[in-house]
Amino acid sequence: MTRTQHIIPSGIIFAVGCWIAWISYTQQPAEAFLFPRLISSVFVVLAGWTFGKALMGLSRVGTGVSRTMIVNLLPGLVVALVYIFWAAKTFGFYTATTVAFFILLSLYDPAPHNEARSWIKRAVITAGFIAVMYGLFAMLLKVYTPREILF
Amino acid sequence: MEFIYYFGDVFSPLSFALLLGGTIGGLILGATPGLSPTMAVALLIPFTFQLEAVQGLILLGAAYTSTVAGGAVSAILLKIPGAPANIATTLDGHTMAKKGQGARALQLSFLASAVGGVFGVLLLIFLTPVLAQWALAFGPSHLFWLAILGVTVIGSLDSDSVVKGLLSGCIGLWLATIGFDDIMGAQRFIFHPSLGGGINIIAALIGLFAIPQVLTMFAKGRRTQGAEVIEVQKHSVSAAAGELIRNPRALTIGTITGSIIGLIPGVGGQIAGLVAYDQTKKFSPDQDKFGTGHPEGVIAAEAANNAMVGPSLVPLLTLSIPGSPTAAVLLGGLLIHGIFPGTDLFDNHPDVAWTFINSMLIGQILMCIFGLYVAGLAARVAQVPQSVMAAVVLGLSVFGAYSVQSSMGDVYVMACLGVMMFFLERFGFSAAPLVLGLILGPIAEANFIQGSMIANATDGMGPYFFGGPLNILLMVVVAASVAYSIWMELRTRKIQNTVEVQS
Repeated sequence: MTRTQHIIPSGIIFAVGCWIAWISYTQQPAEAFLFPRLISSVFVVLAGWTFGKALMGLSRVGTGVSRTMIVNLLPGLVVALVYIFWAAKTFGFYTATTVAFFILLSLYDPAPHNEARSWIKRAVITAGFIAVMYGLFAMLLKVYTPREILF
Repeated sequence: MEFIYYFGDVFSPLSFALLLGGTIGGLILGATPGLSPTMAVALLIPFTFQLEAVQGLILLGAAYTSTVAGGAVSAILLKIPGAPANIATTLDGHTMAKKGQGARALQLSFLASAVGGVFGVLLLIFLTPVLAQWALAFGPSHLFWLAILGVTVIGSLDSDSVVKGLLSGCIGLWLATIGFDDIMGAQRFIFHPSLGGGINIIAALIGLFAIPQVLTMFAKGRRTQGAEVIEVQKHSVSAAAGELIRNPRALTIGTITGSIIGLIPGVGGQIAGLVAYDQTKKFSPDQDKFGTGHPEGVIAAEAANNAMVGPSLVPLLTLSIPGSPTAAVLLGGLLIHGIFPGTDLFDNHPDVAWTFINSMLIGQILMCIFGLYVAGLAARVAQVPQSVMAAVVLGLSVFGAYSVQSSMGDVYVMACLGVMMFFLERFGFSAAPLVLGLILGPIAEANFIQGSMIANATDGMGPYFFGGPLNILLMVVVAASVAYSIWMELRTRKIQNTVEVQS
């Protein structure tokens, strides 16, 4: 794990700490920010210590982020974020979940992509999952999910 | 002996069905690598909304108990601990399974878990009311220090770096202040409309525990080979029970070590299992056999990790200080039903408190009975591809977070916290102190404000918050936990440096 990898996150956390402290000490009414002032002061000290250690190359804890890891992670992360922040509200909860589940399964399933059997298996797993979810949340727990295209 | 009056409530049809379902489900979930007890309980919370408080708690308690024990199945048959608490079980359990003694190892593990677990819950039954009465003497300043103690103990003991652990706790405490201030009604750190009502604890718990696991599974890419399951041969349960009785040393050390470690806030089952294993090895005349498939190793580790479950709830139910990350999630489960731990719980909701505790006692026995029969099935479930597991957990997380208040805002918060935690974990930060900060933040702030008002009207802030024997005792414990962790960190680093130099 490189020194830069330690510097970037600890720098961001230090910046967030300073921002919280600035807001806590400048916003009014002061009584409402009494506790945030206390926390943010400790936050800045600890974040500053961590950032300083990272700058000096003394940080050791953590596995860091590798290129392979990011390459593996990115497709799944993008699908998950699109599903959560856009598709669920646009297409309806169950439709979006079905599509996202199937895509994620297909992206990470070790079974070959050129076999009809593995595609059928993925479709069956997806259908089973959605049926259980619908039964649990819509029928049993009576959760009103955002409904658009299909249900 | 008040708990005896509420034993019958556990056997009402719905409660018992939930206990049974939670136990069997927990055993299967626990056996699944990557699904920790904390995450399993966090994902189950949304399913308790429609239930009464006591029924919801029975389900969560059963899942907590049996996920810890279920983790032994994959530890023994796959050499993959289902939870960190089962790491020590792998050392001898898997070797036994490779020698064709898988059934014997599983039976010993479940029987030892049940003995340890029952002892732990009995400790919970007898210690909790005493401590709850003692908690009546606590004023705002003491409760403030207790909340800080909860965050610092977990922050310093649960992380590889003390500073990063404490920083995680600070992030949690800050997140807890987001939203409208209770006293002045002022807006604090609301930089998106989703945060107007503050951060919902359940959505945050799901995000912080489940989403990083999903992303970790994604980060591993397309795995072509699953773990190999060792076939379980038949073995007599009575023979295993006899063997357990003939090994009182391992069982006693495991049970006592687990119970004591469970009482200390922040020290989890992983440490309980490893310490018990180490101590049993030290006291055993067959030290050389440990690691080569010695039953004493399995008995000690499993008795310890289940013995810590009951005592880990003692500080939670009496002082609102969760003893472990899973106990923190259970606190969230209590709060959503409007129940506050402490004397309020035992004075105003004794039916809830005692039925829940009794269900954990019966749950230990059910876990033992079903564990012996479900083990084979659980090991098969543990082989489910990570791609399916990741997609299922993501789906459950989204539905679970949404169902809290039927709000997409909670889902966004869950996703943001989850992605943030995944990257923070890569740099040595830990989710447990952050969650503790988030849960204990409102308690700390309310008591800090109340204490400040009292202090301003009396002796001033200094004498009120830093004076008095109880305040001093709590501050000493906070300082001692941090100092101990720093010492341990420096010691570990020194050993690492020596190993590096030698190699």
